[in-house]
Amino acid sequence: MADTKIIVNCETGEVSEVELTAEEIKQREADAIAYAKAKADEDAAAQTLADLKASAKAKLIAGKPLTAQEADTLII
Amino acid sequence: MATYIQIASVTVGAGGAASMDFTSIPQTYTDLVVKLSTRTNGTNGNLRNTLAGITSGVYSEKAVYGTGSSAASFGNTSQAFSATIYTDNTNYTASTFANSEWYIPNYTSANNKSFSTDSVVETNGTAVLAVLGAGLMANTSAVTSISIAPISPDNFVQYSTATLYGISKS
Repeated sequence: MADTKIIVNCETGEVSEVELTAEEIKQREADAIAYAKAKADEDAAAQTLADLKASAKAKLIAGKPLTAQEADTLII
Repeated sequence: MATYIQIASVTVGAGGAASMDFTSIPQTYTDLVVKLSTRTNGTNGNLRNTLAGITSGVYSEKAVYGTGSSAASFGNTSQAFSATIYTDNTNYTASTFANSEWYIPNYTSANNKSFSTDSVVETNGTAVLAVLGAGLMANTSAVTSISIAPISPDNFVQYSTATLYGISKS
């Protein structure tokens, strides 16, 4: 069954259910792909930061020198 | 004291829906608010919401959330839609629905449009999700339409609802 959208005209109160156009389906799919990529990039950046913080903590406890990237995670 | 006037409401039927759209929104109120009760047939967590038919990369947002055991934040920049409203989906207890609100102040102005969001995902478990968001649509168009949609390929399931209210200053 084709995907449909429910449209409410707030002036008239008319409610209609219409099939998505080919353009709308294409936009919807493109948005999903772009959003998935953005979230993956965000997750990767968060993991990188968490790894750097963990490494910085371990080095501080062990009395070892930190890299510049690790030190950046400690500066507020 | 603010006055809430219900402008329109929609409930999804048995066939499901790819979006719930409000069009020809009266330009006679101060603010708008959309109250949502939603569940989808897929696994995407957030919705794909747009104002005034704008689907270019002009939506930027920040959000904080709690899961029941941890809290964190996230941001979206230059997105084609607002993505800080979350929904129940097949990952959550059957027949449960998320409760959300989308607040759009000064929707008739000629300025960029700010908004805030508030979502709680419901489930029978200890791990739930609550999300508070604040965003901006970098476009000065008056808000004459609002679209509430799941991320593709998900659809809203039956009994999902969206209700649009107009808010006046007095």
